[in-house]
Formats: sequence, C-alpha cells, structure tokens
Amino acid sequence: MEKFEKLQGIAAPMPLVNIDTDMIIPKVHLKSIKRTGFGKNLFDEMRFNRDGTEIADFVLNKPQYRDADILVAGDNFGCGSSREHAPWAIADFGIKCVVSTSFADIFFNNCFKNGILPIVLPQEQVDILMADAEKGANARMTVDLEAQEITTSDGDVIKFDVDAFKKHCLLEGLDDIGLTMEKAASIDTFEEKAAQSRPWV
Amino acid sequence: MSPKTLYDKIWDAHVAHEAEDGTSLLYIDRHLVHEVTSAQAFEGLRMAGRKVRAPEKTIAVPDHNVPTTPDRVDGIKNEEGRIQVAALDTNAKEFGIHYYPMNDIRQGIVHIVGPEQGWTLPGMTVVCGDSHTATHGAFGALAHGIGTSEVEHVLATQTLIQQKSKNMKVEITGKLKPGVTAKDITLAVIGETGTAGGTGYVIEYCGEAIRDLSMEGRMTVCNMAIEGGARAGLIAPDETTFEYVKGRPHAPKGAQWEAAMDWWKTLYTDEGAEFDLVVTLKGEDIQPVVTWGTSPEDVLPITATVPSPEDFTGGKVDAVKRALDYMGLTSGQKLTDIEIDTVFIGSCTNGRIEDLRAVADVVKGKKIKDGMRAMIVPGSGLVRAQAEEEGLGDIFVEAGFEWRLAGCSMCLAMNPDQLSENERCASTSNRNFEGRQGYKGRTHLVSPAMAAAAALTGKLTDVRELV
Repeated sequence: MEKFEKLQGIAAPMPLVNIDTDMIIPKVHLKSIKRTGFGKNLFDEMRFNRDGTEIADFVLNKPQYRDADILVAGDNFGCGSSREHAPWAIADFGIKCVVSTSFADIFFNNCFKNGILPIVLPQEQVDILMADAEKGANARMTVDLEAQEITTSDGDVIKFDVDAFKKHCLLEGLDDIGLTMEKAASIDTFEEKAAQSRPWV
Repeated sequence: MSPKTLYDKIWDAHVAHEAEDGTSLLYIDRHLVHEVTSAQAFEGLRMAGRKVRAPEKTIAVPDHNVPTTPDRVDGIKNEEGRIQVAALDTNAKEFGIHYYPMNDIRQGIVHIVGPEQGWTLPGMTVVCGDSHTATHGAFGALAHGIGTSEVEHVLATQTLIQQKSKNMKVEITGKLKPGVTAKDITLAVIGETGTAGGTGYVIEYCGEAIRDLSMEGRMTVCNMAIEGGARAGLIAPDETTFEYVKGRPHAPKGAQWEAAMDWWKTLYTDEGAEFDLVVTLKGEDIQPVVTWGTSPEDVLPITATVPSPEDFTGGKVDAVKRALDYMGLTSGQKLTDIEIDTVFIGSCTNGRIEDLRAVADVVKGKKIKDGMRAMIVPGSGLVRAQAEEEGLGDIFVEAGFEWRLAGCSMCLAMNPDQLSENERCASTSNRNFEGRQGYKGRTHLVSPAMAAAAALTGKLTDVRELV
C-alpha cells in the first residue's frame, strides 16, 4: 500500500447526508475482477447522464473541483454495502482523505486498507471545513496525519483523532496480512485450544 | 467475575491476540464467500503465494450475478457476470473450499445457504464480504460484513484485526399486533435510531416480541442491523434456535451436539451487564410500515402521509427534498394512494420459507392487479423446493406472480432483474437507495405480507384491511 504522506490539496464539498455506496459506485460497475480503474465511475449516476455527458452542477464536474484531493461530506458517509469498490473508486479518482461527522463502519475500515484517511469531526468543525471547501480551488487545505491536524486555507488548525494502529499502517504503507502473519504462533495456539473446547466448529 | 453481555462472551471466546491498545486478532469460525467481493482477494493470495489457512471453514456460493430464470442452466449471458462467477468456480476448486455452484439445488443467497446448511451456529464468528452478513446474528453468532482486503486477510490468516465495538440493547417488549412482522420491527427500529444510530455498536435484540419470532423472523431483524449502522446484530440462542439447527447437514451430531449445547446454553447476557445504549420499543405500538424516501430510516406507518422537508432539521432537509424529487412524491400525499408498478418478494432479508408462506396467505385464490409485474424469488433452491412441496408455488403462479429460481435478483440489480427509470416497486429487500434496484428505480421497502397486498391492489396497501 502507498504511504499516506502529508496531503495538501483541494477539498470538494458534498454536504448531502447518507451518501451511500450505491451512489459512490453503482453496482453495474462491480463486475470487474480487478482492483483498479474504478475512478472513472466514481459517483457515476450523480456525475454523468445516461449518454455519458457530464452533469454540470455535480461538484466534481465543476472546474475548481475536478482535481479534488479531499472530500468534506455530510453525515454517515459510505453507508450501505461492504463493496471495497467504493474506496477503490475514490482512491483511483485521486481523493486521499474524506472528512465527515460519521462514517459507516465497513466503509471506514475499507478506507484504511487503501491509503485513504477518513476523518471524523464534530459538526461545528465539519461546518468550518465545508465553508472552506466551498471557496474552491484557491483554498487549499493541508492534512497532516503525523501531527493529526487539518489546516484550513485561512490557517485555522483543527485536531483530529485516529486509531494508533491504523495511523501507523497508513503512515508506513503497511500490509495488514504480513503483520498478522508475524503473529501466526498466537493463531496456532488459539486454534489448538479451540479444537479442544469447541471441536464442533 | 463481572457480568458480561452476549457480545462480550463471544468476543472473549475468539480473541487470538490482543495488543496493548486493544487492537485484537479475532479468530473467524466461518468465512462465507460470494463472487462479487472475492475475486481480487483470491488474486491477492495467488500473487503473494499464500494459501487459504482454513479451507474447511470457508464456504462459497455465487448469488449476486446469478439469473433467476430457468435458462440459467445454459450459463450467464452477461459476459462480465459470467466471468465473475467463473472466477469463483475456479477459485473454489483451486483453494479447496466448500462450494455450491450455480446449478446445485443447494445454491442460493449466501446468507440463506449458510444457516440452511448448518454452517452458521450459535457462538460463532461469521464474516463475509457482504454487509448483510449481519443476518447470521439471529443464531447468537457474531457476524458482520467485511471489505475485499479483509476477505483476503481472513482467507490468509483466519483472523480479522478488530477493535471491540460498544454494546447496544434494542428491546421490543410485549406482543406484535396481527399483520405486523419481523420486517416491521427492524424497519421501525431504524426509523427510531436513524441509519447512523448504530454506528460503533453491536446490537443485541431482546424482549418478548423478539423471543416470539421464528428463526426466519429473527434473521430478518438481524439482517437489517447494518442498515441501522451497527457492526452486527445479535439474538441470544434459545430452544427456537437449537430446534432450527438440529439435524442440519453441518450441525454437530451425537456427543459433539451435547457438548455444543452445554456451551450454547451459556450464551446470554448476564444479569446486571452494562449496555452503552438502550432503545426500547413497545411491540404493540409497531404498525405495518413502508419507506417513502431513499434511506432505510425514511420509515412511516402505512397509515401516514408523505412528510415534508420542513419536518426535518440539519442536513436531512436537503436530503428529504432530493428524496421526494427522486421518488416522485408530494408532501401530504397518503402513503396508501401511492401506485405501484412492480412487486419484488425475495432477498436475504425476506426470501425464506416463512416469508413465502406469509405471501401465500394473502394472495391465495386471488389475482394480482392487471398489468402488475410481480416476482417471487426464493432465497435458495431448497426454499423453492419446500415451497413447491407445500403447494405455495402453484398459489403464486395462479395469482399471476413470476415464480423464479434462487438468487439476489432485484434486491441489487446486478443481474437481469432490474427496475427501469421511474418504475415504482414495493420490495421486501433491504435498501431503498437511489438506483439500488435499477437506474432511477423507485423502491418502497415493506414486509412480504405488505408486498403481497400491494400486488393485489396496485397501491401501497395496509395488509390488515385485506385479511
């Protein structure tokens, strides 16, 4: 996985609440057996007409947000299915960070596996960042994972929390499976004990 | 020892390693696999030269892409869908995992097949690359959806890296009124808590109305725990559970059954155990409900009217404006005046035998409305066979329903069963998101009995007026 470096970029505002995984990547695009190439279908039904032309007033079609690196979104972002195609599409589009008051659990976990930092903040702070994002491409935000700080285009600093283990993996670009395999002895021991106590499993 | 919740007990029995910060390796007893979220995970194993650590605990079945018409014996016509299912065929064989291929009678929706075959047992940890894995919580199993990277992690290590969730109790007291079902319970709870109300929690459903439910009904309730944002939903196992499990192909037998029962009977929340959040609904207050919007939290009793954006606050105001526009509805309109084009009965929420019996009770000897497109899709080949044996298939066909083969079908429209633009559907599935059942399709979530009633009248209908 790519390391999450300090990110400075354009934030796009998406204040709609309950943006679900069907909005992020509709199911017609789930038929690929690859992990790449989903960015062109990100927010497909909100972003494009059926004939493939762009819907002009969708945020990522506006000139100032076409190269957005960060999304500032309404409550409960990523609700719905477990499809990792959602974060694959977001990452493939070039977005590396999403800020909201809350995220759906599975989507939240999936982000970390794909080098995307989801940041949960209280409503007032999301409001500040949303207003900053509304300013457009000249207002660039900075996300510093190491320091756990977002700096707005006005220089305001907002601190955020992140799970220590997940932070470490993002900063170092670590592969979870490799890390877990280092604990194979613990898994072996557990399996031996479980085979005694719950042999029917 | 301090009192524990059911979730605490199952969690504690599965921690293979715990770091100082609480990050745990949770051992996984059952890994269910379908074709849409697994191909990249198997490919990841192949590229890294890894094996499936516990193939005997890994069970695969294709469901999302599978057509539900009889011509599927000739193969899947959609090329990408065909490739995805073929990839699962190959991966199951190459990695030596249990497999129910598309044309096996035991094939069906993964969350219906698991319990039906006795793979899902009380006290287990169960995962699948599918959010509706929550279904299996009905057995008192800790069951939740995972992404494809986590599917690969479980395949390789039989564990998941997890932080423990908080405990939430949802109690449904008393008895349900006639015409009110498990689907109405689970939708009513989401209407109460909102779709993010369960975020960060594992829910334990309890109370008399939950105890009174069959296993099928309990699976319906837990299935939609994810729609309320929870990681998982749980119901403590009891005689109803043991009765359902006993004798299933992969359930324990003989002395192992006795040993299992000894442990299963300890799987309940101890007196005095603490919950971080408690929600209580009175069973007798729950009405047959429908959704009017594009989020499962947009729930109202069938007797209500379409709400107005001004009834809401914050970001929900704009979301409701958007939803009413998408759904083609007007504030103040009676829900029972909404005309329906299509009825879909099936899915991992409501594709079990009891659901089909409930439909048959409403439609027996009657005809669906002229011009109505109505389909019934059993959750598995075995559910279909049982329905045929009970004479339900004939009742459906005589009433004018299409009586299909098993699969996910129109719940998510990854197969030929889809809504067209502005087509309005009363659906027993779990999500009414924009485009979920087809581009610009309009979904109203309801119980099987309510879907059957809508099929007869051509409108959203209070089933209590028909029976």
